[in-house]
Amino acid sequence: MGAMIVARDLVKRYGELTAVDGISFTVEAGECFGFLGPNGAGKTTTIRMITCVSPVTDGSLMVDGMHVQVNPRQIKSVLGVVPQDDNLDPELSVRQNLRAYARYFGLSGRAAEERIDEALELMSLTERQKEKIDALSGGLKRRLTIARGLLNTPRILVLDEPTTGLDPAARHLVWQRLRLLRSQGVTMLLTTHYMEEAAQLCDRVVVIDHGKIIAEGTPQDLVREHAGQDVIEVHATPDERPEVMAQLASLHGVTIEEVEDIVYVYLRGDNGIDPAALEVGAEKLVHRRANLEDVFLRLTGRGLEE
Amino acid sequence: MTTIAIPRRLERVAQRPDVSWLAVRVWERNRDVFLNIWKAEAIWPFIEPLLTLVALGFGLGDFIELDRKESYIEFIGPGILAAYAMWMASAEGCWGGYFRIDQKTFDAMLATPVSIDDVTSGEVLWASTRSLISVSAIFLVVLVFGAIDSVLALLILPLALLPGVMFGAISLSYAAIAKSVSSLNYFFAVFITPQFWLAGAFFPLDELPGWVNVLAWFTPAFHVVELYRGLTTGHPEWIDLAHVAWILAVSAVFYALAIVLMRRRLVK
Repeated sequence: MGAMIVARDLVKRYGELTAVDGISFTVEAGECFGFLGPNGAGKTTTIRMITCVSPVTDGSLMVDGMHVQVNPRQIKSVLGVVPQDDNLDPELSVRQNLRAYARYFGLSGRAAEERIDEALELMSLTERQKEKIDALSGGLKRRLTIARGLLNTPRILVLDEPTTGLDPAARHLVWQRLRLLRSQGVTMLLTTHYMEEAAQLCDRVVVIDHGKIIAEGTPQDLVREHAGQDVIEVHATPDERPEVMAQLASLHGVTIEEVEDIVYVYLRGDNGIDPAALEVGAEKLVHRRANLEDVFLRLTGRGLEE
Repeated sequence: MTTIAIPRRLERVAQRPDVSWLAVRVWERNRDVFLNIWKAEAIWPFIEPLLTLVALGFGLGDFIELDRKESYIEFIGPGILAAYAMWMASAEGCWGGYFRIDQKTFDAMLATPVSIDDVTSGEVLWASTRSLISVSAIFLVVLVFGAIDSVLALLILPLALLPGVMFGAISLSYAAIAKSVSSLNYFFAVFITPQFWLAGAFFPLDELPGWVNVLAWFTPAFHVVELYRGLTTGHPEWIDLAHVAWILAVSAVFYALAIVLMRRRLVK
């Protein structure tokens, strides 16, 4: 037990562009650690450095006690990688994909076939093992990619946006299997921009934006710290807006944020305001619990910048 | 002690080759694909050279009288073997290599203990194997048509691996720098097809001006044709060793180049 991944002042530059700008974090054994951030924040680049396919520009990065620059082969042998892009082999069947991949880890013969059976079983793919990759749906492909990442019984499972593009049923199935793996003690590192995914799976998360870590903690702590307990979304017409804003300004201990046609009111829960009884004279009020999405949007901005 | 700062790009390029036995695993992946589709693929190595042999050997051959006593089909037999060794290894390295880069097959491998240099080595090894498979098939055809005069010709089978490595490394180097599928056509139009017709496979080069012979010495296919011709006729000469040396040297240079260019292509 101990630290599985330790990054210190990690930097990745592509010419003039700094994709990762001096980040430090530690992933402990047995935990599920999440990278949250908008597209282009540097999540995938960090994953690429951890999986030894992209050279580190500066700083230090240790995986399972080894330096990525010194022992890439040994590090890759203890990692299970589930990349964001589908890179299954379209020229091989489901089972052949797994067999070829197992061989890259030096697994072959009976031992490999048994591991393949287990991985197929775990991801509920046993029935589909003879099919061509092109015949699989997005959800099945993703499950196969995860099955492939488990063949070498990895110490760390690295998942880059594991459920992007999946429908809700497929997503929930993937989450359920990942929770099962976590309960078996597999260390997991995942990137996502689905806040629900992070809340469902992660013990700890960091929020990354523009290559820097801007917040770190458990999902609950981050919500409490950056969004409070309750949120009221006030949908006000332009006519109602001045009156609404004046009323909201009279409240104490709340954070108010105007975004386009909605005013968000963040309540900390200790300022004596009863959200259910709040009247501000707007056409529509929505009261809900604060969640990780509020944290994400507050920290990384609601603009459409990329 | 002072250290000299080397640009990272150069540093990466200058690294020692990192090749392990996992290169064989890369080769095995390609073998598995080939075994999936070989029935559809295996017909071509027979049909094309068969057509060429019939059309040129019998059709055109009737009008041709060689200085030497051999028939025209005996002359082009080794030429066709050499030409298709080149063709198959180049198609595998160029088209195969490019598509495997494009469909991220190598990216998947690189997430495992397989290194980029293992990928390059396994690919060159596979191109060479395709050359061996093709040459073996065509050898039967050429044999049936009576274009083999010596048991020495059997040496062509193991010697199919040499042009396989050479053309595999050359064409994989090109695939590594190719920006699009259509640019692969240039490689064949400018480099492979002229060698197919002009490297001495189908007519003796001494019929042509001297400078063509000088030029031919610099084309890889010429040395393969000459080497094979000595073996099918049963009259190898000392200079054939020079052809082997030429092929080995060019193979080594382009293997090193393929290693460097594939690193450039696959490292992000």
